[in-house]
Amino acid sequence: MEKRVTFKGIWLPILLVAPQIIITAIFFFYPAGQAIWQSLYIPDPFGLSMQWVGLGNFEYLAGDPYYRTSFITTAIFSILVTVVSMGVALYLAVLADRLIKGSGAYRTLLIWPYAVAPAVAGVLWLFMFNTRVGVVAWYLGVLGYDWNHVLNEGEAMGLVVVASAWGRISYNFLFFLAGLQAIPKSVIEAAAIDGARFWTRFRTIVWPLLSPTTFFLMVVNIIYAFFETFGVIHTITSGGPQQATTILVYKVFADGFVGQDLGSSAAQSVVLLVLVSILTVVQFKFVERRVHY
Amino acid sequence: MAQQNGMVEKRGAGLWLTHLGLIIGVAFIFFPIWLAFVASTVEQQQIARPPMPLLPGDKLFENYARALSAGVNAPVAQMLGNSLVMALGIALGKIAISLLSAFAIVYFRFPGRKLFFWLIFLTLMLPVEVRIVPTYEVIANFGMLNSYQGLILPLIASATATFLFRQFFMTVPDELAEAARVDGAGPMRFFFDILLPMSRTNIAALFVILFIYGWNQYLWPLLITTDPDMNTIVMGIKQMFPSGDDTADWPVIMATSILAMIPPVLVVVGMQKLFIRGLVESEK
Repeated sequence: MEKRVTFKGIWLPILLVAPQIIITAIFFFYPAGQAIWQSLYIPDPFGLSMQWVGLGNFEYLAGDPYYRTSFITTAIFSILVTVVSMGVALYLAVLADRLIKGSGAYRTLLIWPYAVAPAVAGVLWLFMFNTRVGVVAWYLGVLGYDWNHVLNEGEAMGLVVVASAWGRISYNFLFFLAGLQAIPKSVIEAAAIDGARFWTRFRTIVWPLLSPTTFFLMVVNIIYAFFETFGVIHTITSGGPQQATTILVYKVFADGFVGQDLGSSAAQSVVLLVLVSILTVVQFKFVERRVHY
Repeated sequence: MAQQNGMVEKRGAGLWLTHLGLIIGVAFIFFPIWLAFVASTVEQQQIARPPMPLLPGDKLFENYARALSAGVNAPVAQMLGNSLVMALGIALGKIAISLLSAFAIVYFRFPGRKLFFWLIFLTLMLPVEVRIVPTYEVIANFGMLNSYQGLILPLIASATATFLFRQFFMTVPDELAEAARVDGAGPMRFFFDILLPMSRTNIAALFVILFIYGWNQYLWPLLITTDPDMNTIVMGIKQMFPSGDDTADWPVIMATSILAMIPPVLVVVGMQKLFIRGLVESEK
């Protein structure tokens, strides 16, 4: 699509795009180029020079059991976050969609978590499950369950998943509700007149018509779980116990800033870069959005 | 009953069940926030000896005053100010540079136009989390650690905002630009007098999304603000936890958590219509 009417001039438009291009060049392309360049070298032990290792850093990563574990951890984590938050959101959206009056009030209440930063969400959930003072942990203790996410890997994963999913419910809820409201009521009423019960209607009409929204949300939620949950992990578990919650983004941070292993961290950045590119292409190419307000 | 189940809109028992289901959902969503609020109104001892009370105490004023004026490492009032500068800087900066570049890309034909468009598009694929180490080095070389420029600039380039404005400018009738040209108005005159006022709603909707994006940043401020006086509130909370075995000052930490969510919640709830519009548009 092109504009028929345009203004003349060459320097003015270049001046207009300049701020964005300059910032993009300095803070996006140069660092990304640096990451690729650094991923091909290792610094010597004194940090004085860089030694070319070709794809050595990548080969090392491929053979590193910690990195492979981190991949699996990330996969489990993002699938769980996506399923939990989309499941809860769909349940709430279906209910809200059935209301003629009052769905606006619920919406106002349900969008709160969107505003809560992942790191703050992490602190809230940490407080509830804190092994010493956490209310939920204490009541679990009363029921005879000894909660300790500091030592138990499964419980640590469960906690970061719930805290991450919690913050994402609003977003998914809004898109599901919009998707549901876009389904023509006449179709559903016709099925109801034919005697189809709620579950039958949901399975045969609503769910298929909702699938573009569902697929879109799946991709977006996986991207969220991959890249935006750092705050949750850092506040609740710091990647532990025994790296059980070290997702890929957390490992780039841990190896690059805490471990000072620049070559490996840069190689990991490049791997993430490829992953995020694939996800972005999937999002643009295959996700056709049919959500309208 | 059979007839009621067949209806599309629920009445009677079904309606109450729907409300009950939603109320359970809302309770689940709000429980963590409620608990944080309660913790911010009681004394440390009440939390240290579990179970803590589930209803607010009478120390609200003291806890919040202590957090705002002293905090743990830095006064929370200071951190709130830093967050505000960062969030506003990112939101307004992104909007400004995106408006200008979208205007250039839509309303001009100039060499490199396609190239610039693709360069901007590519930034979609480079979230800051992916390039933290080299970006940190750039900021360090510029001497921008512990500065507002360092907090804001790397997060300011946004393909999403540029696309949104490009999309919108495409829908503006050509007659308007034509008329401006016939009247002898220059491109910048057209931009400021016609295009900008027409984009008001889009700008406001985007502002809501970007303000929250900026306010809720965590990893980036964590890396580049080593000086507690430059901490933002969202990253500063974690810094309030003691490193060793000491007991955390829960009332102050929870008061800070509540303070950290008030501005974005006000923006989202207060500008709900614009927020939902911005959310849906910016994902297109």
